[in-house]
Amino acid sequence: MTATTHDDHHDHGPAKGFMRWITTTNHKDIGTLYMVTALIMFFVGGAMALVIRAELFEPGIQYVDPLFFNQMTTLHALVMVFGAVMPAFAGLANWMIPMMIGAPDMALPRMNNWSFWVLPFALCLLSSTLFMEGGAPSAGWTLYPPLVLQGGNNLPFAVFSVHLLGISSIMAAINIIVTVFNMRAPGMTWMKLPLFVWTWVITAFLLIAIMPVFAGAVTMLLTDKFFGTSFFNAAGGGDPVLYQHLFWFFGHPEVYVLILPSFGVISQIIPTFARKPLFGYSSMVYATASIGFLSFIVWAHHQYTVGMPIQGELYFTYATMLIAVPTGVKVFNWLATMWQGAMTFETPMLYAIAFVVLFTMGGFTGLMMSISPADLQYHDTYFIVAHFHYTLVTGAVFAILAAVYYWLPKWTGHMYDERLGKLHFWLTTISVNVCFFPQHFSGLAGMPRRIPDYAVQFAEFNAMSTVGAFVMGFAQLIFAYLIIQCIRGAGEKATEEVWEGAKEHGLEWHLPSPPPYHTWTTAPDVK
Amino acid sequence: MKKLRMLLAVIGLASWGSAQADYALNLPVGVTETSREIHDLHMLILWICVGIGIVVYGVMVYSIMHHRKSKGVTPATFHENTKLEIVWTIIPFLILLSMAIPATKVMIKTYDTSKADMSIKVTGYQWKWRYTYPDEGIDFFSALDAKSNEARQLGSKIDPAKVPNYLLSVDHPLVVPVNKKIRILITSADVIHSWWIPEFGWKKDAIPGYVTDGWIKVEKPGTYRGQCTELCGRDHGFMPIVVEAKTEEQYKEWVAAQVASKTVAAPAAAPAAVIGEAAAAPAPAVPAELTKEDLIAKGQEVYNANCVACHMATGEGLPGTFPPIKGSAVAAGPVADHIGLVVKGKGAMPPFGETLDATQIAAVVTFQRNGLGNSTGDVAQPADVKKN
Repeated sequence: MTATTHDDHHDHGPAKGFMRWITTTNHKDIGTLYMVTALIMFFVGGAMALVIRAELFEPGIQYVDPLFFNQMTTLHALVMVFGAVMPAFAGLANWMIPMMIGAPDMALPRMNNWSFWVLPFALCLLSSTLFMEGGAPSAGWTLYPPLVLQGGNNLPFAVFSVHLLGISSIMAAINIIVTVFNMRAPGMTWMKLPLFVWTWVITAFLLIAIMPVFAGAVTMLLTDKFFGTSFFNAAGGGDPVLYQHLFWFFGHPEVYVLILPSFGVISQIIPTFARKPLFGYSSMVYATASIGFLSFIVWAHHQYTVGMPIQGELYFTYATMLIAVPTGVKVFNWLATMWQGAMTFETPMLYAIAFVVLFTMGGFTGLMMSISPADLQYHDTYFIVAHFHYTLVTGAVFAILAAVYYWLPKWTGHMYDERLGKLHFWLTTISVNVCFFPQHFSGLAGMPRRIPDYAVQFAEFNAMSTVGAFVMGFAQLIFAYLIIQCIRGAGEKATEEVWEGAKEHGLEWHLPSPPPYHTWTTAPDVK
Repeated sequence: MKKLRMLLAVIGLASWGSAQADYALNLPVGVTETSREIHDLHMLILWICVGIGIVVYGVMVYSIMHHRKSKGVTPATFHENTKLEIVWTIIPFLILLSMAIPATKVMIKTYDTSKADMSIKVTGYQWKWRYTYPDEGIDFFSALDAKSNEARQLGSKIDPAKVPNYLLSVDHPLVVPVNKKIRILITSADVIHSWWIPEFGWKKDAIPGYVTDGWIKVEKPGTYRGQCTELCGRDHGFMPIVVEAKTEEQYKEWVAAQVASKTVAAPAAAPAAVIGEAAAAPAPAVPAELTKEDLIAKGQEVYNANCVACHMATGEGLPGTFPPIKGSAVAAGPVADHIGLVVKGKGAMPPFGETLDATQIAAVVTFQRNGLGNSTGDVAQPADVKKN
């Protein structure tokens, strides 16, 4: 169809100049926009993390007011989750899903443009609160009432920002679902879909289910503050814990929104560099679906200390422990894929292996926290901070780094500098552990999270953490440099398959590097 | 474990000049039955995880060492084995069962607050705790002690290492008897807080509109320290919890002393004497008039202990969040309105009538009207506060 209607144009390239990026409906352009936004926000959120770590370098308050510190912890989380990791995965989905399933573009290209362009405005709205009288929201990224209602006029900005981010995510999710359901190339059956596509389809369903709940909950905050309602105000007959149930009904699946596409990325990379097909493809699909389902029925494990009835505590304990089973299946399948392969260790593979090792660490601490009586000790301490940074930094962020190194030569047509890539890997991996591993100890020893100052017995571990955080932060400049070099065309030209034998592992490796502006205008025949 | 501690201590020393000796690596065993059982449960899961970790990482390392292209291996082609998938679904499930059973037992015990010997009510405030002993009629507030409070200000230039129990000491600790099952009832007057002493094994959120509970039976006399563990605003990091566990006799002496000091009702000395109660008491001693200088001096102390957190030492507040006192309409308007605001509170500001006595309120109001850049020249006397 596309072939005939477009016959009379010979130029299939993008429009020229700045308007190309404003008006584009091309999945590759939009993917690039998402990725660039994510990279910028990664540095913004990272700078906030460094403010936090600088203040925590030694006991006493040296640099910032405690209220500003709270604004930093709040914004760091919101920016990293909604500004960096989610857009990065949306960018990867845009770039890769059509190329992986043999589709010419996303199914709803105009909506695709809109779903991206909502994002920068949402992020500006959120960041603008920093410059307001009274500053940014400071009640933590969970925005718990009644505390969040005490803030100044930043609340409506944060709430509308969340609405816009939600609209953006829902549109992206709808687009992905419609694309994968309708635009797979002939022969690309469901059980042949690359794992990255599978994990994104499941993620998209999670997003559509949870974002409206979050939007609703924050709207209730807004009406409580400005329109005299009492949803969460105990004095007016409301219930502050209701907010927590609503938030975590969103919040728990949300962490799987961040991690399921990571699983997908890792399941693409390990087979390529092990030169062996993915072990247990179908059980990987079922495991992903099980995790997606379980993610909806475990939310109150974030609330073991709110005084739920014992039956509730026990139910959420058992349900949460169950998540370890499909997650274990995934790890075992990755190991079995590596087993008796012929591995090489280019940067993407290094990140993928580090992901399996370090995400499993986060999984272990997660299992420990699922046990409700033990969590009565762990809850809201640095042990939790260590846990979710192992799952989100060495989990989600490492998967994104792995994915960028894996597909960057395909996108730009140029190889990145492998030596610098490896340097980036080792600096990041060592420093991230120096940063987060000691936090297990300070948490177990009794250091609460979200405090700007601490008792002197936590000094050593906090000093180590800060050193690690700064090295990690500055190491990411290497990453930015490598991307810029590839885009500028430095480095050797990439071949079509980029990685030895990659043609076995996906349709994207059958396209030229870089791929032309429009790809698979004639659907490939998938055997 | 010892070796690991040594190793970490060395790293700590290397990276940090003034190393502190008493840091810990693990959950404390604690001083209650619950805390010991939770500690054991924690160690059980930890060792199970370490075991699984050794197997998983072992296989991985072996594979990375041997199954690499540089060794000239040809990759195998297998990619499926249903039996294996079933095995590695069922084994983890069984391991989980072995954790779930002890976890359930401990949780049920932790939740059993029945048959308590006594109760203590804990109320969270921004940013201090209030402890009420309903049977003994004791009621007082517990806030960060003055030395820590001074040292923790931005740019204080005081070395925290020189402050005893920096950020972990309070003016009035909670006092409990040992070997008594005490039911702790927890609630909040403003935002959500969380009450936690690691040595007791649990924490529980303090939620406005809710009363949550837990129990302790402390086995060893001593001082136990913890902190608020739910983000509760600017000074979340500065509302520690200190519990002194005393023997039965010492506890009774303490109770007697508290009750005695309350009946004497020296308003400035006993924070327990709350205005409402004082007014209702049969013959409240009318506080004496104070001189303006005394009021201002005393008011400065009260201000530093209760107001600086939001209104700042300069009285300028934080624009947009905490209003200024310096040059404010309230501090320049009628004295009665000013007192009324302090007594009743407004928005995020708590009603200080509940926490300060008449003399303290009169003093702080006088200080605010004649300091922080204000100069109305008038004074508020404790008797004015009563009338309000």
